[in-house]
Amino acid sequence: MSNSVLVAVDGSEGGERALRYASERAKLGGAKLVVTYVIEWSPYSFNTPEENAERHMRREQEIERATSGVVEPAAAILAKEGIEHETVVRHGQPAATLIELAEKHGVQQIVIGRRGQSGIKNLLFGSVAGNLVQTSPVPVVVVP
Amino acid sequence: MTRIFATLAAFFLFTLPAFAGFDETINQLTAPIASAVGSFVFFKIPVFGAQLPLVVLWLVIGALFFTFYMGFVNISGFKHAIQLVRGDYADPNSPGEVSHFQALATAVSGTVGIGNIGGVAVAVTIGGAGATFWLIVAGFLGMSTKFVECTLGVKYRSENPDGSVSGGPMYYMRKGFEERGMGGFGKFMGTFYAIGIFIGALGIGNMFQSNQAYVQLNTVAGGALDGLGWLVGLILAAVVFAVIVGGIKSIARVTEKIVPFMAIFYCVFAIIVILMNFTSIPAAIGNIFAGAFTGAGVQGGAIGALIIGFQRAVFSNEAGIGSASIAHAAVRTPEPVTEGYVSLLEPFIDTIVICTITALVIGTSQVADPNFAGDATGVAMTSAAFERQISWFPLPLAFGALLFAFSTMISWSYYGLKGWTYLFGEGQMGQTIYKLIFCAFVAIGCMVQLGPILDISDALVFLICVPNILGLYFLAPIVKREMLNYKAKLASGEIKRYDH
Repeated sequence: MSNSVLVAVDGSEGGERALRYASERAKLGGAKLVVTYVIEWSPYSFNTPEENAERHMRREQEIERATSGVVEPAAAILAKEGIEHETVVRHGQPAATLIELAEKHGVQQIVIGRRGQSGIKNLLFGSVAGNLVQTSPVPVVVVP
Repeated sequence: MTRIFATLAAFFLFTLPAFAGFDETINQLTAPIASAVGSFVFFKIPVFGAQLPLVVLWLVIGALFFTFYMGFVNISGFKHAIQLVRGDYADPNSPGEVSHFQALATAVSGTVGIGNIGGVAVAVTIGGAGATFWLIVAGFLGMSTKFVECTLGVKYRSENPDGSVSGGPMYYMRKGFEERGMGGFGKFMGTFYAIGIFIGALGIGNMFQSNQAYVQLNTVAGGALDGLGWLVGLILAAVVFAVIVGGIKSIARVTEKIVPFMAIFYCVFAIIVILMNFTSIPAAIGNIFAGAFTGAGVQGGAIGALIIGFQRAVFSNEAGIGSASIAHAAVRTPEPVTEGYVSLLEPFIDTIVICTITALVIGTSQVADPNFAGDATGVAMTSAAFERQISWFPLPLAFGALLFAFSTMISWSYYGLKGWTYLFGEGQMGQTIYKLIFCAFVAIGCMVQLGPILDISDALVFLICVPNILGLYFLAPIVKREMLNYKAKLASGEIKRYDH
């Protein structure tokens, strides 16, 4: 099995730190990176008819924004440094989707940035990294 | 209709004189128009001593036909519908599109409205307890009608240049008939329907809703809002205006998110009230069955109860009106019939579950105290039934009624708008004109008595059913073919079930 690592990016500083950390390790160990952007989305939300009618258009815009704004620049950096990589942009519930993709790509590790949100926010919305650590089938590195 | 618009114009000319008699004036102006429109659309034929409006017959026959023609899809498709909503068949490789669940939730938010609270009370008042039985039967048959119309809604929707979608009866009639080589007729029917829905949206999805929301607010306020309907109407209209014209989408989004929870909250408390009246439950259920077949004390007997039950059921679950197919058309799926399956849950949730619960709240209260509501009817009667057991409930009920009314108005403003844009194009100017008319009618709804509102709303709704169901008869073979193809694919495993 090849040595590969899934790294989660989302355009935030935490995501950048995760990418930097993963690329440094990949350079040393010769691993392949799966750069993943999960666009938060749930099939069980409640929408207005108008939102539904515009959904397809919005989805494409979201994918385009994630791809050209975050994932492609990240891939360009990796290419320059000669790190083998592939990119994925997917809609879904972040932690569950990352795990699903980790299994699909058979990675040995997931690298994710810490968001560092306050206690109350954590309580209400939970943290992606926290959920991931609890449920991931592979080791998770949370980059502070 | 010109007279209604004349009334509307008059309303703006008088620039809201702030005296208590104002509501009265509006009421006197609109009542004769309402009864004229009502008697025209509800052309009645006497059947065994009852007056059977032709349009009700039209709907019943349609629903019966689709139930048989589709091989009782309302029973056989039920389990599959739940699997689809649960996402068992959702392709895991294309998340982010409108899910079956979302389409259903949106359509249900549009249909669960005041009809479920106030409409049932109206049915029981006029049609007796037996009307409840026919209401449930109508809900059951309506599931098949919904199946047919929502499948067509997805199959024949249009994609706009900006990537958004438009669908609904006007589109399936135009394109469906064209496929059958009846392009001219299809164009005529599409236009007929589009006119129907954009005018009809002002009744069921607008005036009736704002009227009943005002009534419940006034009940809670102990009559302090008497004669102030114009004020409540203006406030409501202003909020609707802010959302649909001002583009303050957050209000609509918040409402959409609260409504499902309000519906659950309502059902839970309704069941509590029913249980508190537990000694009356057997008698109440007995009355429903007895009334359904004897029609004791109802004008027109059992047939009278049947007519009222069917009329109120359609008003509540919108099966046969075609409005839900506009909402469901947003789903992207290679199999339009999946949306049909999902949509058959709507009359089930709306009518068979929620309306029945309301009917039992009223029915058990009636058994315990036949005069519990006094002269109250509509939502005020339901409120009184709750108040007998839970004294503080009218207040959250008023809040819930307001939200139900609001979400239904937002949904219907969209349905009406789709009719309008089908006729006049997607131009912004025209859309704004339509939205302004819509807001004006929200205000008018609060100033008029329930009776005339019901007459006009009913009339307008059934005006939409006529072209829609006529179209469905012609297009039903297409739906049946889709359904059989889909079933074959399911059986052969071509359509996979995913384990999530």
